[in-house]
Amino acid sequence: MSAPADLTFLALHEARAVLDSGTVSSLDLTESCLARIAAADPAIHAFLTVTADLARRQARESDARRAAGTVRGPLDGIPMSLKDMLLTAGIPTTAGSRILEGFVPPYNGTVVQRLLDAGAVLLGKVNQDEFAMGSSTETSAFGPTGNPWDTTRVPGGSSGGSAAAVAAGMGYFSLGTDTGGSIRQPAALCGIAGLKPTYGRVSRSGVIAFASSLDQIGPFARSVADLALVLGVIAGLDPLDSTSQPVPVPDYRAAFTPDLRGLRVGVPREYILDRLPPAVAGAIQAAVAQFQLLGATLHDVSLPYSEYALAAYYIIAPAEASANLARYDGVKYGLRVTDGGHGADSAGADLMSRTRGAGFGAEVKRRIMLGTYGLSSGYYDAYYKKAQQVRTLVAQDFAQAFEQVDILLGPTAPTTAFRVGEVSDPLQMYLMDVYTIPANLAGICGLSIPCGFAEGLPIGLHLQARPFAEATLLRAGHAYEQATPWHLRHPDVVSGASEK
Amino acid sequence: MLTPAEVAHVARLARLELTPDELDQLGRQLAAVLSHIDMLNAVDTSAVPPTAQVFDLRDVLRPDQARPPFPPEAMLANAPAVSAGLFKVPAVLEAAGDGA
Repeated sequence: MSAPADLTFLALHEARAVLDSGTVSSLDLTESCLARIAAADPAIHAFLTVTADLARRQARESDARRAAGTVRGPLDGIPMSLKDMLLTAGIPTTAGSRILEGFVPPYNGTVVQRLLDAGAVLLGKVNQDEFAMGSSTETSAFGPTGNPWDTTRVPGGSSGGSAAAVAAGMGYFSLGTDTGGSIRQPAALCGIAGLKPTYGRVSRSGVIAFASSLDQIGPFARSVADLALVLGVIAGLDPLDSTSQPVPVPDYRAAFTPDLRGLRVGVPREYILDRLPPAVAGAIQAAVAQFQLLGATLHDVSLPYSEYALAAYYIIAPAEASANLARYDGVKYGLRVTDGGHGADSAGADLMSRTRGAGFGAEVKRRIMLGTYGLSSGYYDAYYKKAQQVRTLVAQDFAQAFEQVDILLGPTAPTTAFRVGEVSDPLQMYLMDVYTIPANLAGICGLSIPCGFAEGLPIGLHLQARPFAEATLLRAGHAYEQATPWHLRHPDVVSGASEK
Repeated sequence: MLTPAEVAHVARLARLELTPDELDQLGRQLAAVLSHIDMLNAVDTSAVPPTAQVFDLRDVLRPDQARPPFPPEAMLANAPAVSAGLFKVPAVLEAAGDGA
């Protein structure tokens, strides 16, 4: 096998194959990615920190293992990026917030440690909405990220840096977090694959907390097979996360089949496709037809409470966030602001209030206020308890639907990538996650894969499956991908014009 | 609808010092979001138990084993102010000495 000229757009499993063939070293892959970052990232701004020296050292160590015959597995020598929500020992970790600017974690999150132990090469930390609160990466305190298909447009969010980096060939995979769609929606808007695993499938130890009953870490890559490889490394029980589950981690690729005979799929009746832009609706309908061509059977299903999921989410997620973000008090780490305020509290409250007033951005303040209100005396039953009851109904919807089908199909997002600055109303931005939020409330797994283009911008297909059915989800996504060309298109990030 | 006094009260509970402009803007934005959330009132939840956590795990235990702790220097390395190996904070009582 001879080495291809451009290594950066190989899928992870293809990069693995050229490493195994001996024609290319991990250092070659790493230098290609670093060169792409140098050329393309000034216009995209996916990276908050580039760890070039560390990456080169890790690549050389991987190449030495390969020479010695001690390769550690499918990710050994593979360059990656990590969302800045994930704690990386000795490497700044900001959550996209001014309040954590300069924070250097003393330890690695569990998933980070598993990836480093597996020999993966860290290119750097990538941009996100502040504390993962947003759907466009515009709420980052360090400036927005551009969509590689059109840098005047957003990459989605909150894990927009991860999606943009992978779409632009700046690494073979990335990890993000998904609390209401923050992996799947940016994957859709950037034309790549992104997986939100089942709640409890992947340890959350060492990820900065947003909403602890909803948060889940997952991978981005340019093919479904690559997601399977990464999930196989990061999934599994962790004693440091009491919500991680002792469910065995299978070889996800072993479940792959060329067709989907025997698979039951459904498009929920409530996903009103004619409310979508016509090109998006057309792509989803064509994808459903493709599943039938592959042998899947189409069934009628209903999620009657899905229309209430967004409203319940915007009580539950901010409530949990308001508690989780209480730790940013200006005492132990992060920003401290002691003067310049206009409040008249006691000294302790003054330090905390001033620090938080100065350190949090507008969206984070909105969510903390909303969550505090929903939990406050006199409103708890009307808002928080009510939302938790509706959450029960949303989860029951899915349980009933999954008695009839194995996979639910639909759009990942209601639009393609919108322009930076185009969506300024908070509620309108929240509605970007209308199709992805129910899965987080129910704890099920969800996958977004590319299924077409509208005016040069990618469209995402959303697949959902029952808890711990990632193997079914990845099998379905892989078979669809093998039958369609969408994942093979890449943006022309070097000259600035998209390759069509 | 939220009154300015209610918004200021919630900000105080949340320990967020906000400017008058922020209070005004947040009041309007929160009211808009809450009016959307009020659609939940259409759902009959009288017989529905609340869900706090989807998989109903409880009392998850692990062995209580001693492990080496992080060294104090590592835990203090990110502190905004440190004194004598301790986190330093402003004096809470006026006569309690120098603040940070």
